[in-house]
Amino acid sequence: MARPAVLPYTKPVRRRERNGELSERALGLILLAPMVLMLLLVVGYPLIDSLWLSLHRANLASPEQGQPFIYLGNYIHAFGQPAFWYAIQRTLYFTVISVAIELGLGLLFAVLLNERFRGNLGARLAMILPWALLTVSNGVLWAWILNPTYGIFNATLVNLGVLQAPKSWLSDTFWTMNMIILADVWKTVPNMTLLLLAGLQPISADLYEAADVDGATRWQKFTGITLPLLRPVILVAVALRTIGAFRVFDIIYVLTGNGGPADSTKVISFYDYDQAFHYLFFGYGAAISWLITAFMLVLIVLYTRLLRSEVEV
Amino acid sequence: MRWTLLLLYLVYTLLPIIWLFLSTIQTEASLLTLPTQIIPSDITFRNYTDIFKPAAFGQNSGESTFILALRNSVLVCLGTTAISMIFGTLAAYAFARFNIPHKRTLLLVVLGSQLLPAVSIIIPLFRMFKTAGLLDSLMGLILAYSTFSMPFVVWIMAGYFQSVPRELEEAARIDGASRFQAFLRVALPLALPGLGATAIFTLLNAWDEFFFALIFTSTYASKTLPVALAEFIGRHSVNWGLLVTGGFIASLPPIILSLAFYRYIVSGVSAGGLKG
Repeated sequence: MARPAVLPYTKPVRRRERNGELSERALGLILLAPMVLMLLLVVGYPLIDSLWLSLHRANLASPEQGQPFIYLGNYIHAFGQPAFWYAIQRTLYFTVISVAIELGLGLLFAVLLNERFRGNLGARLAMILPWALLTVSNGVLWAWILNPTYGIFNATLVNLGVLQAPKSWLSDTFWTMNMIILADVWKTVPNMTLLLLAGLQPISADLYEAADVDGATRWQKFTGITLPLLRPVILVAVALRTIGAFRVFDIIYVLTGNGGPADSTKVISFYDYDQAFHYLFFGYGAAISWLITAFMLVLIVLYTRLLRSEVEV
Repeated sequence: MRWTLLLLYLVYTLLPIIWLFLSTIQTEASLLTLPTQIIPSDITFRNYTDIFKPAAFGQNSGESTFILALRNSVLVCLGTTAISMIFGTLAAYAFARFNIPHKRTLLLVVLGSQLLPAVSIIIPLFRMFKTAGLLDSLMGLILAYSTFSMPFVVWIMAGYFQSVPRELEEAARIDGASRFQAFLRVALPLALPGLGATAIFTLLNAWDEFFFALIFTSTYASKTLPVALAEFIGRHSVNWGLLVTGGFIASLPPIILSLAFYRYIVSGVSAGGLKG
């Protein structure tokens, strides 16, 4: 299937409209209308409404205070909140480490599965299982695995002598976030692997054979042939995964319903959810969400530039 | 060397899933034995029937909350997929074939809205739904889900239509078909594989969605499976056997669909079909 791209428009052969037939432009606009109208309704309008709301103080818990217009008050408040910056730091930690591990393991598995061997299809199918598992189910699974008393993780570590006594992994200020990364990365590596595998397919085997003739080692083949040719796909995959990791919420909620011990897992999405739907600071929450949106838009623009440049290759 | 790697890969990929399944087929006594045992001592499939019993999963007047959640998930996912596929495919065809003013920008805006995080719009959507009486409703969820489903359909199908040669549609037009008829009778049937892959992806993404469902639902009139599961985990006295069984059953439809349509998954993922 062709990689969808920002489409270069090729002029079709124009044909006269028949009687009663709509012109190309008219039909095009009619076909577009339902989608555009719907997006305007559920994305366009909310974005504007959110911006407007962010300029007001709107604490739903104290309705008697009304909703005064406070210009950029919410934004200034955010920048002065240590909790806000800590949430950003936590998000960066999660994103950088997750994407790094996913890329490393994804490359490893993709190269492995790209080779021809018996049972290759079965091995590839195995990847589908963590991929298709629900995010919430994955959270349930790892909550069970990491259960302090009955979980298999503690049991194994204690048996191997690594731990003296069972540890409460999801109550530890340092470990909780790392365990969440473990749970999320485990499920997401197949995504990366599939993407990279797709990028490996078009690389011709002749290149490797020629390198073999020249006596290249495995490592040299990998760094000299695979990596450079895979570069565009790697960039796109990393960009996509970064965008995804930055907005993580589900797994955080399932494994640490309140943002973790000492807020150690309160990533920016969770911080926003907490402020808006727990404390009912709707105006402040809207401001936070617009800060997130602005940042994501930058990432998205970079990503689309990347897509375009990669397609031209 | 390769075989060690393969073993490592299989252990990594399958071990937690196997552990998940093993945990669903034990009695509570066997599951909570200390020291933790790897081989279950007492196998039973009771969890798979117990979970459908009323109040197994949460308070609700006599009806099985799990079945209600299941029903809600199914309805919301089918509704989302139907609307997104119809609106999205029509728009995609327009993008692929017609001269639309500012097409490039519009397409990027569509892609951007697919990648936007839920937090960007969840607060205003909440207010909108509250005013419109769409909170705790299946229709509200379907509307919310279309914010990421529809752009996705447009993006994938636009690329797909672009790769289908125009000649056949041109031939149909020479034979007297209108542009719309050429779309309906020629382009659409040719695009069936792409439509199938896109529909499956849309379904899977909607089935998995949690954040919108968490905020917009409050009773089992609309609570979906992910919300029901997450609620259950917050309890003091968690029935782990039931919980992991619920998690496993909820994942069966996506697992079965993905395995059955593996080829579509692969082509879809390589076309950027991931939800974040």
